[in-house]
Amino acid sequence: MNREYYGKLIFELSREGRKGYKLPKHAVEGSLSDIPSTLMRESAPQLPEVDEPTLVRHYTNLSTNNFGVDTGFYPLGSCTMKYNPKINEEVAAMPAMQKLHPYQPEATVQGALEAYHTLQAALAEIGGMSEFTLNPFAGAHGELTGLMVIRAYHESRGDAKRTKVIVPDSAHGTNPASAAVAGLKVVEVKSLPDGTIDVDALRPLLDDTVAAVMMTNPNTVGIFESRIPEIAQMAHDAGALMYYDGANLNPMVGVARPGDMGFDVMHINLHKTFSTPHGGGGPGSGPVGVRKGLEKFLPNPRVIKRDDGSFALTTNDDALGSISVTLGNFAVEMKALSYILSLGNEGLKNVGPLATLNANYIKSSLNHVYKLPIDRICKHEFVFDGLADKSTGVTTLDVAKRLLDYGYHAPTIYFPLLFHESLMIEPTETESKETLDEFISVMAKIAHEASATPEVVKTAPHNTPISRPDDTAAALNQIVTYADLTQNA
Amino acid sequence: MSNIYYSQTHEYVRVDGNIGYVGITDYAQHALGNIVYVDMPEVDDDVTAGEEFGAVESVKAASDLISPVSGAVVEINEHLIDNPRLVNENAMENWIIKVELSDKSELDELLDEAAYKALCESESAH
Repeated sequence: MNREYYGKLIFELSREGRKGYKLPKHAVEGSLSDIPSTLMRESAPQLPEVDEPTLVRHYTNLSTNNFGVDTGFYPLGSCTMKYNPKINEEVAAMPAMQKLHPYQPEATVQGALEAYHTLQAALAEIGGMSEFTLNPFAGAHGELTGLMVIRAYHESRGDAKRTKVIVPDSAHGTNPASAAVAGLKVVEVKSLPDGTIDVDALRPLLDDTVAAVMMTNPNTVGIFESRIPEIAQMAHDAGALMYYDGANLNPMVGVARPGDMGFDVMHINLHKTFSTPHGGGGPGSGPVGVRKGLEKFLPNPRVIKRDDGSFALTTNDDALGSISVTLGNFAVEMKALSYILSLGNEGLKNVGPLATLNANYIKSSLNHVYKLPIDRICKHEFVFDGLADKSTGVTTLDVAKRLLDYGYHAPTIYFPLLFHESLMIEPTETESKETLDEFISVMAKIAHEASATPEVVKTAPHNTPISRPDDTAAALNQIVTYADLTQNA
Repeated sequence: MSNIYYSQTHEYVRVDGNIGYVGITDYAQHALGNIVYVDMPEVDDDVTAGEEFGAVESVKAASDLISPVSGAVVEINEHLIDNPRLVNENAMENWIIKVELSDKSELDELLDEAAYKALCESESAH
């Protein structure tokens, strides 16, 4: 890549009057002067002016700097960056999927409605729930929807005083955020040193003001919460519902079901567990499932199967309302359906065990050079607390940066907050033993470098287009537009 | 006896008469890394011992501030609005809020310097 030229911003390539387009003569009646002056901008927008080859080369060269699961191993803990099978894309790209209009008559979209219904039923089977809505757009949107279902349930019983949600201190940050957006108050419960929820600390918090207990299982340190049935019993005795954050569903697929453990409401991240692409902000999909009795609170519209075998959209007044335009991110849903049908029953049963095996293999291969704060069999992911040898001054951030030099995406760092130097690795089931072995040898090599040549690690990365951006300056002095940049220059 | 008391969650309160200067400890600023934002309450707000009164955001994480004492906020450290890194430079000097203590007996629940030092050492060895 010609960095001298292509490493520039598109604005820096702009030359006045250059154009890469030709618009047709406008087909709309009227003229610009018909637009009220209050709606007109006062100065022209500062858009880059470039010819087509410059434009295409600029973005094509930038795209070669991308790193994704199609380019290399992506062990980003808590994110389940599994490989996205190409057949998913083929299915979602079929004209029958792509050329639908959200407001087409039901009779003309029976296939799409059937596909939606098939996926929600498959997820209900996998999660041990009665029914799923696929309408939420992403994981946190699913959490919000699930909490709104819970509120609607309590309100339907005339119980308005349940305003609290109990969340473990190891939870994903989205849990307290979703609770706050849903108008509920967050009460944090401590974790034990092994990362699991402290049941004795939970017990006194459960009273008639608690709407729900939100849990992730396995939790954010990759440890299975084995006391769930007891916790569910306690919560239900207090009149609260159990919410399952499906972010870590991957190791459970085909092995254990949240519904069987006593959870009442759950969400699933299709873009994690069911192999639809993510990273860069989406598009995601966060279906929400509920146990029997709560279906009527699910958002409108729902897809039902009529007795004659046809499918229909329905709405009802008990629902929490509507949380998305019609049926959510339909193309993403179709990719997940493609994944589930390609793997089939037998294939799906291998997902959880292989994800678990891969994580334990890496953990056991590196725990002599990285500090393992929780020495137990993990599920699909685990956390190191930085390097075993703390005397070198090499931090988790340095290790993550050095991994970039070796062509890997960095793991999740400094989350969960339970440890100071968290480095969270999740290989997923889709990687071969050769890939895992290569990664293990690079991680061991970095640990060796940290002792032998610490400066090399502390100043990494050395092989990337940009070395180490100043993240503090970026947070304090935000430059988000080209105008900000030119004013700062 | 020193007039500085510490919490399990790494806040301190330096007591001068009925006034407590509340901030985060040097250990906490070091663990957080470069601080880029301090979310503070407003003057006249009430804070409660053991409850959140704001947050510090660093390049690594956002962390709640838990008040070691109860009382009314009489002043906030406005220097931190433009220059949150002052906390990194000197955490003990650069307090976050100044509180008129409503119950000085709460101080008995807090750690003294020796106990706090022991807590930090046990956490580092964790």
